[in-house]
Amino acid sequence: MSDTYTLTMDDPIETSLLDTSAQGLIGKGLDRVDGPKKVSGQATYSAEYSFENGCYGFLVRAPFAVGRITKIDTQAAKALPGVIDVVTDFDRFIRNSAQGAVKSAPVQGVRDVAYFGEPVAIVVAEGYEQARDAASLVRIEHEAGSGNFDFAEAIADADIPPDGAAPATHDQGDLDKAMGDADATVDEVWTTPSQNSAAMEPHASVALWNDDGLTLYGSYQMPSFDRPSLADALGLETEQVRIITPYIGGGFGSKLGIAPESVAAAIASKQIGRPVKTVMTRQQVFDATVRRSNTRQRVRLAAGKDGKLTGIGHETHCSNLPDEVFFEPAGIATHFLYGGEHRRITHAIARLNRVLSGSMRAPGEAAGMLALECAMDELAERLGIDPVELRKINDCKRDPEKDIPYSSRSFTECLDEGAKRFGWDKRNRTPGKMREGEWLIGHGMSGSARGNQLQPSEARVVLRPDGSAIVETDMTDIGTGTYTILSQIAGELLGLPIDRVDVRLGDNRFPPGSGSGGSFGAGSSGSSVYLACEDIRRKLATAMDCEPSDLTLKDGEAIAANRRVSLSDIMSGEIEATGRIEPGDQGDEVRQAGHGAHFCAVRVNAVTGEVRIDRWTAVFAAGRILNEKTATSQCLGGVVFGIGAALTEELVHDPRNGKVVNRDLAEYHVPVHADVPHVDIRFLPERDTHANPLHAKGIGELGIAGAGAAVANAIANATGARVRDYPLTLDKLLDSLPPV
Amino acid sequence: MAWERKVGKAMHFTINGKNYDADPDIRTSLLDLLREHLNLTGSKKGCDHGQCGACTVLVNGRRINSCLTLAVMHQDDEITTIEGIGTPDNLAPLQAAFVKHDGFQCGYCTPGQICSATGMLNEAKQGWPSHVSERLEGDVELTDDEIRERMSGNLCRCSAYPNIVDAIREVAEEPA
Ligand code: FES
Ligand code: FES
Repeated sequence: MSDTYTLTMDDPIETSLLDTSAQGLIGKGLDRVDGPKKVSGQATYSAEYSFENGCYGFLVRAPFAVGRITKIDTQAAKALPGVIDVVTDFDRFIRNSAQGAVKSAPVQGVRDVAYFGEPVAIVVAEGYEQARDAASLVRIEHEAGSGNFDFAEAIADADIPPDGAAPATHDQGDLDKAMGDADATVDEVWTTPSQNSAAMEPHASVALWNDDGLTLYGSYQMPSFDRPSLADALGLETEQVRIITPYIGGGFGSKLGIAPESVAAAIASKQIGRPVKTVMTRQQVFDATVRRSNTRQRVRLAAGKDGKLTGIGHETHCSNLPDEVFFEPAGIATHFLYGGEHRRITHAIARLNRVLSGSMRAPGEAAGMLALECAMDELAERLGIDPVELRKINDCKRDPEKDIPYSSRSFTECLDEGAKRFGWDKRNRTPGKMREGEWLIGHGMSGSARGNQLQPSEARVVLRPDGSAIVETDMTDIGTGTYTILSQIAGELLGLPIDRVDVRLGDNRFPPGSGSGGSFGAGSSGSSVYLACEDIRRKLATAMDCEPSDLTLKDGEAIAANRRVSLSDIMSGEIEATGRIEPGDQGDEVRQAGHGAHFCAVRVNAVTGEVRIDRWTAVFAAGRILNEKTATSQCLGGVVFGIGAALTEELVHDPRNGKVVNRDLAEYHVPVHADVPHVDIRFLPERDTHANPLHAKGIGELGIAGAGAAVANAIANATGARVRDYPLTLDKLLDSLPPV
Repeated sequence: MAWERKVGKAMHFTINGKNYDADPDIRTSLLDLLREHLNLTGSKKGCDHGQCGACTVLVNGRRINSCLTLAVMHQDDEITTIEGIGTPDNLAPLQAAFVKHDGFQCGYCTPGQICSATGMLNEAKQGWPSHVSERLEGDVELTDDEIRERMSGNLCRCSAYPNIVDAIREVAEEPA
């Protein structure tokens, strides 16, 4: 074992070893190291592990919204061939999925049902088809309870939660007075619907027990949190649980915390003494994992003739189950994106009996900027100022609430570069007046911002004398490119070609990583690898009898003071080091965020209201870009999520019982190939010395922030009318179309 | 097979040129046969309802959603799955192009995209029109809009769409 080399980010790191090292791997658009496996079907996802004597579990859902179960009749189910048992545990089954980054169990106990589709039992059978069939025969009797299903009504009793990712409430100055004194104002309400992450891989767990405890092949984004959370749910010590999750078929927040299938599979497996594989159906994922909350957002802007904001208000109502503290922090970017002395940013939760709401890609910004960035557009129109110009006028040098500097901020630069690349000067300047045949043409833009975070993360690196290295951490790659960037960082700092680095992820046997969420994965886990490598470099410098700063490592050789030797000449055996990064004062002393700008061109059919997106340019600045190819893909994914939010994505809840009506991929409309044009994505050079030793900020969520608003602004530009109720489906646009 | 159930008659399949015997429940979909009985887990399940394309395989050269068809119906067919298209050490041109253009992120939809694109390129070669084709007869020119339209049955929530189109276009343009 090696000592852990820990860095707490209390001070900026002025020089990064990534700027002085010689291997040349950083920044380049290298192919993903896990690519060949993924394109040939050789990457193994959770449901694809099979074991001797294994059997299948199938979850049984409550077919009602609120009430107390009086009886579960399993007779017909158990009579089917192949059925082993119908298992339930009213105390330990989890009612809600866990929120992200929580080490304790989520709400447990399923005798009292709180939402339609809550999983209350599991059928275990020899074959999958038998389990599925039997599950449909389980009869659940209950005493009905009363629930809340009407958002508008529940808003009246909304409560103010404790602070979360953003403060629940911030009041500064006198917004009402600023509104009264302003030359121009906006005071409008936007609504956004519930959404589902809809990762392509459904939640899945294969549970098996041995003398040491439980091994769970599960699809989870944050194994270092999910492990204690699952252990707590099952009444085990953390060390008795091992989660293995090397490949994850997307998460987008929905797999941050443990979901019902893991606990059910584990309990069933223990009870029958056999491995149990439980894969949620797509419908169950919609019913019983997690949604992004619907919101109602009132945005107020007050500005002088010169466009300078004097006041900014962003008041959000979202929904969640009783007792859940998570709120959709829609005002999160409003805190720091624009200046203005008088500010009011609030959040309240309306209590509804709908499936849990929690984090989905860019919780806060994704929903909040759909309102804020449209409000800015409306203000620009009222003032007769170019929307790009209005944002530049309100760019700030210091955080307008905390009066602290930004760690780095290239907002204006992104706006300028994006406008230039897109050809913003040739845009339609008169809303509703540019037409080509049947199509109305519109151009829209928005600003983008996503807060940057650092989480504790640990990694072990082993350098071998043969010039190869192993990196181990229980960090995950959910499509983000972790395997690749960690290979790049280790290869860069140890002077090894990328194919000499073997990165192993997603297993609790490895040191605890940050997990993937909140765009902190690359910065946090990358820093832990950086620190372990820094420690190894120190040891190599001692062997070379030089200062670490005089040591160059390249292609398996060490170079110092005119001496060039192969690693095997100076290493008597493996060198192992563990690196750990901890957040510190830099999280409070500066405001850290990535910034960007979106520009798009749309066509709206003048007869049907159909919207097509023709062109997109987005420019971002997020510190050092570790791999241009994977970073571009991350932002591309964000932009397309934004297109979905703007145009098609909406979970429809039955007003009588909160049930998700459109609980499959035919009815919940995520963007498809035909909805997405070529997307031009560019990064501006930037370094963030406050963020971490890599000088990189998160990018997984930056792309979605503001993207949908750019679409909405382009639609308003095309039709000349504003629709503020997302998604902007064609039926809502019909009234604003010219007479046929 | 460890996860196999012993009920009903044995069935026989030809997959990627190899013969397989299996004994699945008569209700087993082709997808579940591959994933749960034959350890061919490259084909993915995203919805089990023909709504996502993750399970796309080729049956007698034609792309189908393997979740929407029963295994028992395909005992006389030539089935090709992603495992039969290429291996990590010997990638088919489409697979290599997906890597080069980053036509995936999490990789879960990817085998389906690649099987689908393989079938789609053949359809185009044979002159099949699509919803966006200008003409119903004659050679198909695989413009980006044609590729997008023809690939729209394959969802990618990571949204690698433009990169997938780049990868497919590159292979489509290669001299045969
Ligand atoms: S799994 Fe077959 S189409 Fe989705
Ligand atoms: S690569 Fe993740 S769904 Fe397509």
